[in-house]
Amino acid sequence: MGKLGGFIEFHRKLPPRRPVDERVNDYREVYLPFPAEAVREQAARCMDCGIPFCHNGCPLGNLIPEWNDLVYKDDWEAAIARLHATNNFPEFTGRICPAPCEPACVLSINDDPVTIKQVEVSIVDRAWDEGWVQAHPPSHRTGRRVAVVGSGPAGLAAAQQLNRAGHWVTVYEKDDRIGGLLRYGIPDFKLEKWVVDRRLEQMSAEGVIFETNYDIGRDVTAEQLVQRFDAVVLCIGAMHPRDVAVPGRELDGVHFAMEYLPQQNKRVAGDLIPPSRAIHAAGKRVIILGGGDTGADCLGNVHREKCASVHQFEVLPPPPDERAADNPWPTWPVIMRTSTAHEEGGVRDYSIQTTAFSGRDGRVEKLHAIRVESRVVDGRPQFVPVDGSEFTIDCDLVLIAAGFLHPVREGLVADLGVELDPRGNVRTDVAMMSSVPGVFAAGDSRRGASLVVWAIAEGRQAARGVDEYLMGSTRLPESLRSIA
Amino acid sequence: MTRRAQPQGLYDPQHEHDACGVAFVASIAGERSHSIVAQGIEALVNLGHRGACGCDPDTGDGAGILIQIPDAFMRRVAPVDLPPAGQYGVGMVFLPTDEHERAACERVVAQCCEDEGVRLLGWRDVPVNPEAIGWLAREGMPVIRQMFVGSIGLLGDTLERRLYVLRKVIEQRITEAGVDAEQLFYVCSLSARTIVYKGMLIADQIAPFYPDLTARDVVSSLALVHARFSTNVLPRWDIAQPFRYIAHNGEINTLRGNVNWMRARQSRFKSPMYGGDIAKLLPVIDEGGSDSAQFDNALELLALTGRNVEHAVMMMIPEAWHENTLMDAERRAFYEFHSSLLEPWDGPAAIAFTDGRVIGATLDRNGLRPARWLVTRDGLVVMASETGVLDIAPERILRKWRLEPGKLLLVDTVKGRILDDGETKSHLARQHPYAEWIRQGTIYLHELEDSEQIPEIDKGSLLIRQQMFGYTQEDLKFLLAPMISTGEEPVGSMGNDTPPAVLSDRPQPLFNYFKQLFAQVTNPPIDPIREQMVMSLVTTLGTGGNMLEQGPAQARRLEMPHPILTNHDLAKIRHVTQRAFPAATIHTTFHRSEGADGLQTALDRICRQASERIAEGYAILVLSDRTADAEHVPIPSLLATAAVHHHLVREATRTAVGLVLESGEPREVHHFALLIGYGAEAINPYLALESFHELDRRGLLPDGLHAEKAQAMYVKAVNKGLLKTISKMGISTIQSYCGAQIFEAIGIARDVVDRYFTGTASRIGGVGLDVIAREALARHADAYPENRIGEPVLDEGGNYQWRRHGEHHHWNPETIAKLQHAVKANDARWYREYAELANASSQQLKTLRGLFELAPRREPVPIEEVEPAESIMRRFATGAMSLGSISTEAHETLAIAMNRIGGKSNTGEGGEDERRYERDANGDWRRSAIKQVASARFGVTINYLVNADELQIKIAQGAKPGEGGQLPGHKVDEYIARLRHSTPGVGLISPPPHHDIYSIEDLAQLIHDLKNANPRARISVKLVAEVGVGTVAAGVSKAHADHIVIAGYDGGTGASPLSSIKHAGIPWEIGLAETQQVLVLNDLRSRVVLQADGQMKTGRDVVIGALLGAEEFGFATSALVASGCIMMRVCHLNTCPVGIATQDPQLRAKYAGKADYVVNFMRFIAEDVREIMASLGFRRFDEMIGQVECLDVRSAVDHWKARGLDFSAILHRPEVDARVDVRKVIDQDHGLDKALDHELIALCEPALERGEPVQVDLPVRNGNRTVGGMLSGQIALRHGSAGLPPDTIRIGLSGSAGQSFGAWLARGVTLTLRGDANDYVGKGLSGGRIVVLPPAGTQFPPEENIIVGNVVLYGATSGEAFFRGLAGERFCVRNSGAHAVVEGVGDHGCEYMTGGVAVVLGSTGRNFAAGMSGGVAYVLDEYGTFAERCNHGMVELEGLEDDDADLLRSLVQRHADYTGSTVAERLLGDWDAALQRFVKVMPVDYKRVLLARRNVSLELVG
Repeated sequence: MGKLGGFIEFHRKLPPRRPVDERVNDYREVYLPFPAEAVREQAARCMDCGIPFCHNGCPLGNLIPEWNDLVYKDDWEAAIARLHATNNFPEFTGRICPAPCEPACVLSINDDPVTIKQVEVSIVDRAWDEGWVQAHPPSHRTGRRVAVVGSGPAGLAAAQQLNRAGHWVTVYEKDDRIGGLLRYGIPDFKLEKWVVDRRLEQMSAEGVIFETNYDIGRDVTAEQLVQRFDAVVLCIGAMHPRDVAVPGRELDGVHFAMEYLPQQNKRVAGDLIPPSRAIHAAGKRVIILGGGDTGADCLGNVHREKCASVHQFEVLPPPPDERAADNPWPTWPVIMRTSTAHEEGGVRDYSIQTTAFSGRDGRVEKLHAIRVESRVVDGRPQFVPVDGSEFTIDCDLVLIAAGFLHPVREGLVADLGVELDPRGNVRTDVAMMSSVPGVFAAGDSRRGASLVVWAIAEGRQAARGVDEYLMGSTRLPESLRSIA
Repeated sequence: MTRRAQPQGLYDPQHEHDACGVAFVASIAGERSHSIVAQGIEALVNLGHRGACGCDPDTGDGAGILIQIPDAFMRRVAPVDLPPAGQYGVGMVFLPTDEHERAACERVVAQCCEDEGVRLLGWRDVPVNPEAIGWLAREGMPVIRQMFVGSIGLLGDTLERRLYVLRKVIEQRITEAGVDAEQLFYVCSLSARTIVYKGMLIADQIAPFYPDLTARDVVSSLALVHARFSTNVLPRWDIAQPFRYIAHNGEINTLRGNVNWMRARQSRFKSPMYGGDIAKLLPVIDEGGSDSAQFDNALELLALTGRNVEHAVMMMIPEAWHENTLMDAERRAFYEFHSSLLEPWDGPAAIAFTDGRVIGATLDRNGLRPARWLVTRDGLVVMASETGVLDIAPERILRKWRLEPGKLLLVDTVKGRILDDGETKSHLARQHPYAEWIRQGTIYLHELEDSEQIPEIDKGSLLIRQQMFGYTQEDLKFLLAPMISTGEEPVGSMGNDTPPAVLSDRPQPLFNYFKQLFAQVTNPPIDPIREQMVMSLVTTLGTGGNMLEQGPAQARRLEMPHPILTNHDLAKIRHVTQRAFPAATIHTTFHRSEGADGLQTALDRICRQASERIAEGYAILVLSDRTADAEHVPIPSLLATAAVHHHLVREATRTAVGLVLESGEPREVHHFALLIGYGAEAINPYLALESFHELDRRGLLPDGLHAEKAQAMYVKAVNKGLLKTISKMGISTIQSYCGAQIFEAIGIARDVVDRYFTGTASRIGGVGLDVIAREALARHADAYPENRIGEPVLDEGGNYQWRRHGEHHHWNPETIAKLQHAVKANDARWYREYAELANASSQQLKTLRGLFELAPRREPVPIEEVEPAESIMRRFATGAMSLGSISTEAHETLAIAMNRIGGKSNTGEGGEDERRYERDANGDWRRSAIKQVASARFGVTINYLVNADELQIKIAQGAKPGEGGQLPGHKVDEYIARLRHSTPGVGLISPPPHHDIYSIEDLAQLIHDLKNANPRARISVKLVAEVGVGTVAAGVSKAHADHIVIAGYDGGTGASPLSSIKHAGIPWEIGLAETQQVLVLNDLRSRVVLQADGQMKTGRDVVIGALLGAEEFGFATSALVASGCIMMRVCHLNTCPVGIATQDPQLRAKYAGKADYVVNFMRFIAEDVREIMASLGFRRFDEMIGQVECLDVRSAVDHWKARGLDFSAILHRPEVDARVDVRKVIDQDHGLDKALDHELIALCEPALERGEPVQVDLPVRNGNRTVGGMLSGQIALRHGSAGLPPDTIRIGLSGSAGQSFGAWLARGVTLTLRGDANDYVGKGLSGGRIVVLPPAGTQFPPEENIIVGNVVLYGATSGEAFFRGLAGERFCVRNSGAHAVVEGVGDHGCEYMTGGVAVVLGSTGRNFAAGMSGGVAYVLDEYGTFAERCNHGMVELEGLEDDDADLLRSLVQRHADYTGSTVAERLLGDWDAALQRFVKVMPVDYKRVLLARRNVSLELVG
């Protein structure tokens, strides 16, 4: 149970980050290693609560107090077993999860929470280093075949779980590499790709088959897919972005974040991007529209590409520094956060609505905007322009990181004929099966764009649904508390 | 056979208890006179206050007298000619009032006489005077006749035996003849020696009712009398006492087991005295009788089969001999030999017995009942529950003494001698060569060599087998790990908020369906640590032979020091003892392919095999699930054990074998307790033991432990836990716990209980064998899945801590977060979300009340017409949480909040700072309206008592009923120590029992004491739900409580053993419903307020409580959650991170709770209640109370386990007369108007008003109870804790004072009593002075006679006391500040003392200073034997230093001055020499802290 009174004795500490000057010159991860003893001291702060709100705050239901305790007791091998019991890929979440567990930590009520995420990543990294992460091919095969469409975190989690249950699993990926957003959405300075690769090797060794550059609809029809497999799991993400539909949107230099971000990942991986398609920030005045995680990823990237300047605009007002009264513990705190990318520079500004882009020769040169106020109008919160607050700002590159709406409907989704929910996501039952028998959905394509940790949880839960569908019962563990 | 109350709803007459006053008067010389009879009746009348009456003040619970048959009188009144004296028998018979029925009975009697070769001479109508008794008693009054029988040539014992057979035959035939159950046929006595006159009477009605008793020729040389205080009031003439041989003050806790064992044994009875007639004596026990009646049945058998009555008494109530190193070898051998014939009938008991020739009395080993006796110079012996029952001039008295624990007093009227304990017992112990017989027959397991054949440890499958037996990670983490590192049972905190096993979605071990019972009110629990000398874990296996014989064959047995067997031990039993005790193994598994049906088949098989093995001559049966594997599913070990045990009891072969269990399933204390309680004599928990090998292998054992050592620690922990569990019920020996079934089943089907757990209460039905099998199969499938995914891992459990996929908890992240947000934001929408979740979690079948549906029976009313929230909130109280268990900040928050809303907060056990009695400037009040009075009486002063609206006697606590508590030294800071009158840094112990409540009449006394101290306060008694709680509550109501709390088993705690939190007590829904039903049935409901308490969370909970009968409601956990508690469950560790359950200043600073939050919570609840009331059509809360017809059982109960539940008993509404109220409408009559204190207060007016000195002189007698208490309350009201200047009021009294003399005596009062006093002198002494000395004219040496009773100065906080003479047991128990001098004490002197000074100028009993953590005692150790009588657990013995000598001398000097003590004068006469003979008893911790403080102050000075 950690150390009795450890939370009184020790204070929260995180590993140091590499200096900004240094890190903006490369794409390696930002955090420096944290010695095992330091991690144990942090784990000792865990209070082993009667109700571990962290464990509830974690979408995966990670058994946080248990592995904190094992780390404190220096039993890292047992710790990875408990960690893997609920999470297929702790090396991903340990790096890129915003860690809703931490604000839910009981210590957050009146102190700093346990560094849960740091403990997590320390356990799994150590486990890889020690060779404790081995392939676990199933002891027997059921003979059933399952197709997982999409190789992001949801698809990978579903695939690994289903394979371990003894089914033959094939993962189809339309891109050239496996990993989905892990591969091409998240910059290397947050998640170096060898971390993904070694996990894929494990899965291959366990018997999962990966097919890349495979476009359902082109290489095989949806109908064929359903016929060839006993079950299909759609983990195709919510790739339809929210646009900023204002005059000038069509100008060159105005791009969706997801047009921009994968390119840099490919470059780091050694690929060449044809200059005609390249989007690069070097020497440019950049504006990022959207104050979320994707925006921050863009921000980190443009710094590394040596932009001339960068602004990040958000339509919402700046969040408070502390929790608002109606945002009590242990809910996710909507507060001002500063990511490592923000440390590296740039201007953040809030309550700004873009009204137009303008430029010359088809290239963007200016962004036109107005400040807005949030007000409740007719019972609905709305953004109301502030008279006279119009302004313009020069720019060479605009990156739209305004979020994602739902999965791409054209092609597979339409071909399968699965029902959608009002938000445009795939509608499923509690077993995560869509309206088409045998076709399941998980991850962003089912719940809308969300966190990696949710994607893994969804993938695990869908695997359970599939296994039960195929076998009549399942021994795969539950992940989600309840699914809406 | 007899008219008895029938079970209905949750009421079952078998739970009735009684306790009482008992006395006898005898002429040593055996001179028969009427004056003995008259004095017996006088003694009875003077004990009248120990009896009770119910709703009819003229109807008593029972009174009676047993005397010798007055031959001359009988000859005069009998309608027939009688044979010579001693050659005829007289039967005192209760007969049906219906003429036909009566005639039928009389015909049966006549026929039986004829069949048994006895002449029925005739009948006599006993004259009675019905006008002398109450209407209720008259309603049930039988026709009372005497029958006369003769038997030519039979005399003495032979005649008694013939009459015994005759009576048994009559009883049997009447039952067979089927006399109407509404009619009473009962033979009070049938003997040639004795006759019993008794009935449903009050003590002073007996003589008017039975004119016989006043006839001058009704003579006897002995008279045994009894006044009964019972928990029932339904007319029951038959269970008045005395019975045929005894009168009993107390209770038999182990009754169920004793009766089963007697039944199991009786088939082996053989006696040359009876020949073939022996079968006519069976069954020996009339199971419809009270515990005392059944005791009488057993004693009668033993006393009429070749042993004399005192021998039989010694067998049934042996003194504590196992641990008694001072006992001589012969007597030990006597007890050891007899322990193989009979397990103790255990329980608090003062038993007076007679066979008509000798009369005597004994106390059980704990000595918890008062019994005082005196001998006069003219040969009269008077023994009674109190001193002062007869007025006897001091000059006549030769000796005054008391019965001591385990000791016997005997008057032999034939030989004309009085025999003390030693003489009687030595004589009996030498009758046979018991030691030799034991040497021949008994094998001691631990002296045997090891067997070679130990089962291999199979490491590979450990995890899988753990899964098969349902182990979870939590079992390892929370149970096994702490047990091996501390050797004790693990401790936890907060309450149980998981569903009962029957409502859990997860497969549950069968153990979890059983809840432990515990002692409350009618019998005391025991402190197994501090009073270890009475406890014993010794277990024997063997073939109990014919208990009616005496010889070496009866000593053939295998003895073990405790019931837990290691693999080595079991191997010895299997292999080494083969010749003497051949052991057979029976496999307790079923084949998985047979599915659920396999279980029934397998149970039948193992029972059959058990019978076969016995027939083959095996002496030990080992039930084993070692062969469980992938194909073989283990039968739940409890089911296997109980099935075989009951099968063999039914077959009457149970005592032919020892029953040993070899199972992988049992792991926690509760499991072992159950297995033993259902008949296992020894248990080998092989899998738990193997688990330590695995931990050892993985290097995970705590430092310094290896597997063997870990096993030893584990066994130690289990044993300690077992002692704790049995002591909760007041049981001392594992031998009498075995088979005693001290459990209630919650959620097991009737047929399963009847067949396998026969006699166990199971009141809501539940799962059948099919579900039990499914659960076993589910565990098995976890271990051996068809298809394994990944490595096997143990289930996480989630029982002790919330886990997402673990067991459901009512307090979970959602409910806590929503409630806290609701109360902080004062936002009813969030409350509604919280309440929906909380109610839904009930409705998802997680609580019993969740299965109820509100069923409106009236038109809804507009909510505006419903009474306002303000008036509803007055019904709310917060739970008793002591300052110490929670921080000052948290404690005061609750007080302020409850005072703001007109509700009540509760001090808990820990005193209260007087600064809180004054209001804050803003009008807030930090005073707790409820002042708790718990066992350790911390800070319970007269000033504390008068500053209360309610005084709550905590009998039990939901989280740990039957247990005490401890506040570890590190939590006792300066402030807490000051409030508790203790020393900072020194730990404090709250013992399991109140030392002034060992019985229901003791409780009545404490209620009376508290009411005297503060007549304006309601007196509340807090009980915990268990089967029979309603009956206890009826007794409590009769004891004049104004308020009764029924707490659920799920209440919270700052620290309790986990097994208690989880497994003791039952949900309040059942307890409350039972209480309501029993109180209504007895028309006792109208005079008490009922409060329900236990995980109350929402308005719906409150409404359900009200409909089931509660007027008020307690909130504890939820109030803390509203203050910021997040259920860390670390209260016991002092690390509460939100500053609630901690005394760490750094953490207390984090406390962020506000009184507003608690107020908001209470208001939300009240508004919620209003809404539901409106929908049910109730405008006033009062209308809703007890309207149980507004509850339905949810129609849609379709849960795989809950389906079998049947709530009709809970929802039963007793049919009673319309005038019987179902809620409180009238006040109790406390009888305060009779208090002597009214006179004292009037006489002391000048002192009270003006501080003028007053001197008063009055006579006193034993009916004057709590003298000085009310006066002290008046002083405290006027002058606070400072009281009056010393000696302002001087009161001189003469006579024998009643109980609680000088209770809470305030500063400024001196009570000087010339005479003697009963129990509880100086209880809670609050600064006053008490002096007791023998009256003028006394001839006996005071220092050799008793002058004050038991439990003197209990909880005294200051003041002084001087006693010229000896005190009884537990002198100065939990004294925290008084100075006292006495000339000798009984056992357990200075127990739990935390402060003050005790000077003992004479001998002490055993176990002196047990649990003493503070204060000092000086003991005059004339013979150097004190050390062996002292419990050295917490104290050291030292010589005296100068400071000590000065203090001691001044106290001895004052003792001499106040009492004229010759002992003191002698010592003072040669003081230096005297000083050498004193021993100082110094608590170790106390000394350490005092030294540290002295050093600090020296440094400061330096």
